[in-house]
Amino acid sequence: MVHAFLIHTLRVPQAENTGLCRVLYSCVFGAENSPDDPRPHGAERDRLLRKEQILAVARQVESMCQLQQQASGRPPTDLQPQSSDEPVPLHEAPHGAFRLEAGDPFQESRTVVWLGVLSLGFALVLDAHENLLLAEGTLRLLARLLLDHLRLLAPGANVLLRADRIEGILVRFLPHGQLLFLNDQFVQSLEKEFSAALPR
Amino acid sequence: MDCRDPGRGTRSRSHQLVCHKREIQGEELKKFCSRVSKLLQKEDLGSDAVDALRRLFLIVSATKYNRKLEKTCVDLLQTTLCLPTCPEQLQLLCAAILREMSPCDSLSLSCDHIQNTRQLSLVASVLLAQGDKKQEVTNMGLRVFKVLESRQPEGPSLRPLLPVLSKVASLAPGTLHKDQTNLLNKRLVDWLRYASVQQGLAHSSGGFFSTPRARQPGPVMEVDGAVATDFFTVLCMGQHFTEDQWLNVQAFSMLRAWLLHSSPEGAGTPDTDDRSELEGSTLSVLSAAPSTSRLLPPQERLREKAFEYCQRLIEQSNRRALRKGDADLQKACLVEAVLVLDVLCRQDPAFLYRTLSCLKALRARLCGDAASVRALLPLAHFFLSHGEAVAVDSEAVCQHLFTRTPSELFHSPTLAFEFVQFCRDNLPLFGRNLGVLRLSFPSLFKFLAWNSPPLTAEFVALLPSLVDAGTAVEMLHALLDLPCLTAALDLQLRSSPAASERPLWDASLRTPSCLEAFRDPQFQGLFQHLLRAKASGTAERLAPLHQLLQPMASCARVVQCAEAVPTLLQAFFSAVTQLTDKALTNQLALLLLERTDSLYQVPGYEASVHRVLSSQFLSLCMRHPALVVEQAKELLEFVGSSSGLRSGASMLTSVVWAIGEYLSVCWDRRCTVEQINKFFEALEALLFEATQSRPSAVFPKCPPQVITALMTTLTKLASRSQDLIPRVSLFLSKMRTLALSPATSSVQCEEDMGAVRTRATELLNLLKMPSVAQFVLTPSVDVSEPRYHRDANTALPLALRTVSRLVEKEMGLLPG
Repeated sequence: MVHAFLIHTLRVPQAENTGLCRVLYSCVFGAENSPDDPRPHGAERDRLLRKEQILAVARQVESMCQLQQQASGRPPTDLQPQSSDEPVPLHEAPHGAFRLEAGDPFQESRTVVWLGVLSLGFALVLDAHENLLLAEGTLRLLARLLLDHLRLLAPGANVLLRADRIEGILVRFLPHGQLLFLNDQFVQSLEKEFSAALPR
Repeated sequence: MDCRDPGRGTRSRSHQLVCHKREIQGEELKKFCSRVSKLLQKEDLGSDAVDALRRLFLIVSATKYNRKLEKTCVDLLQTTLCLPTCPEQLQLLCAAILREMSPCDSLSLSCDHIQNTRQLSLVASVLLAQGDKKQEVTNMGLRVFKVLESRQPEGPSLRPLLPVLSKVASLAPGTLHKDQTNLLNKRLVDWLRYASVQQGLAHSSGGFFSTPRARQPGPVMEVDGAVATDFFTVLCMGQHFTEDQWLNVQAFSMLRAWLLHSSPEGAGTPDTDDRSELEGSTLSVLSAAPSTSRLLPPQERLREKAFEYCQRLIEQSNRRALRKGDADLQKACLVEAVLVLDVLCRQDPAFLYRTLSCLKALRARLCGDAASVRALLPLAHFFLSHGEAVAVDSEAVCQHLFTRTPSELFHSPTLAFEFVQFCRDNLPLFGRNLGVLRLSFPSLFKFLAWNSPPLTAEFVALLPSLVDAGTAVEMLHALLDLPCLTAALDLQLRSSPAASERPLWDASLRTPSCLEAFRDPQFQGLFQHLLRAKASGTAERLAPLHQLLQPMASCARVVQCAEAVPTLLQAFFSAVTQLTDKALTNQLALLLLERTDSLYQVPGYEASVHRVLSSQFLSLCMRHPALVVEQAKELLEFVGSSSGLRSGASMLTSVVWAIGEYLSVCWDRRCTVEQINKFFEALEALLFEATQSRPSAVFPKCPPQVITALMTTLTKLASRSQDLIPRVSLFLSKMRTLALSPATSSVQCEEDMGAVRTRATELLNLLKMPSVAQFVLTPSVDVSEPRYHRDANTALPLALRTVSRLVEKEMGLLPG
């Protein structure tokens, strides 16, 4: 199963004044069982920990993505938005996977699959023995849906204030973090259902 | 507030928005909460409410610290979420806000009376995020099972609930009772195996009284457009799908995890009660005809159906998909099918025989099909874990996997990761095949050379298992040449015909001279050696390639790889020192000397590698001190060749120190006075050269640590061959004067000269009492024991104190 899904910013390496790596949206599917904390702020602390974990993943994805961009000689200008009509070629977008060892930052060992699309990073945090090929396909699908239905790359789009749409997509295509074996026609059906439930 | 994310200008705007939401405090938040509360109390929840909830979500999620929302507001969010008439958009937002607040002590959400399964699923997402502090997960599991039990054919859709069950089973595996497990097992069988093979009706939102369709829906199709002749699977197509077809998709998606959770390994056949009940009637039938499985207990029946499903998927994945998305899904299904079959065979070995015949055919198919390479990994895992039980050799599939796959597909980042993860996770299973894995290290290194950032940590974990005495020397060469391999792989990609999937490479880099060299028959041998798939048992000297590939040394991928090498070297040495092989230690020590000035010139590479090599040289000497005597000739050559001086100080300092420390009869009885004298002369010449020469391009400024190490070693050697004492004393006093002279100070900094001066003085003093000097400078082996350093009355501290007292006395500093 998927433990978490996140969307975050990707900065141009070595550019100045680009701020910090920001998590724009994250969804954690179910809590990791935390050791019982008898202290009064247990819940608060758990939430803080969860947020820090997600940020730690985002930072690692960002640096992996930057390193891959550098290695493949993509100039940083590639991160600039293109004309919004052009479909983003997701199959050529930088992508990869890496392991998070147990205890850093999650209790259990997990795998991260990531995809970088212009200035946005998308990542799934997976349980250790998940079907990686399916996870990659699902991440591409999610990225495509989010880009299409939220028009993320269009001027005026705002991922931060469109949480309902992201949730609507996740509820259908990644329910409770369950990776689904969806063939093309199932995807189309779900997409139609989504468009009907949350009209633009 | 306009805020676009992509692009730099817009990114900073979204940054501002986050910061702004984060800074909302006290009064403002209170006001906003009461606005939200008012909106949620309205009769019709309109776009105002949506807009406000979107903002509230951002306020809550933008900070990692807790937001204290008004209690009425939190309560209203919960009631709105559970409202039967609430539009989905608002429910999603309420659930998301509550989930973002979790874990939170002030929630009172309960799923007990919710009928709508979609709503129940949303409430579940909040409760699951709460953690299991108040048994939320357990209670929810029970509630979901109730809905599952009470299910009427025309009841609410179960689609939203299956993923909840899957999550509950993974978060709190112990909470499900046997009855519940059995119930789900039965349901899964129905959905997996008996979903409708007719397409679904087109749903119009008009519901029951919508216009009847003129055409009856046809049968479901296969991915290649043919009419499906067998049961429905995730690889079946249709214009519309029925409810049970949707459940089929979910059932298969959760199948593997469910099989594992519902029957943890070791408890192979837990339903002993059920079994004994049926034993007489079915077991004989079972072995003859597995299809009469209706009488099996639910768990075994599920396994049986899972087996059939996987078999059908394997068959279906051989069809030519009409759409790219479906072709990708076929591959993912193939992987999953093999993984499920593996689970089945582990839980019940009775499946082994049937599985094997199916997977053998698959192996033959996959080995010829590069596009399905990802399925080879679980397949190899299957043969590794079950091969022995059914007497099938897993070597063939391992050979194919380890040699061909990396050479062809090293540039795929996710395959590289999965491949290395496969090696790491399956180490205990390799057994006889561990040899195959170890000999394939040059192939595995291709993944590493190309994808070093995500794989360095993986290889640090993997190296201890890859290293063995037979390949250690070759592996060390390969590690040192890793950046060179990166460059060669780049050239290989550039000069090969267009790959099916265009890998990510640096198109801006133009290196025509390198490409020419790559194709030049004169260098074919060297390139072939560098790009070999298996260990060759020899180590070619690749120095000519270092020259040829120099134009690529600054390209980013090569630099990244070079940065990873020191870490990998550390891991290699900590693994190799576990092998206590003296001959190997000698070989490695010589290799370190040899490679000191034979490295690919990547910026910063040499210095960082030298730091590792020099410290590792010392630890090799420490483990096997006799190597200094055994390799005397090569060590003399190294210090005599001045390549040491040229290639940075760290290696030379280590070698000189090791000579002083271990060239002694205490460590090796074969050590002779002649040998000591020879080394003395060589080092004396080196020190002379180092101090006399002016810094130039050939001889950079000689660092003071080299000078002090040389002086100390010379003194140590003299203390062992005491005829040399006058010579070294003379030299040392010369050094002292030299260090004082303004001519030297102009090239060396004052502090450095001070250190040289102090060391020279100390050594001179020590040499005044030769027997004490010998005792101090060549302590016996057991000096390393703590007793010698703790107990003030035993040898070393006592001796040192005595010497200093005597020396000081002689200098007339102490009265009396």
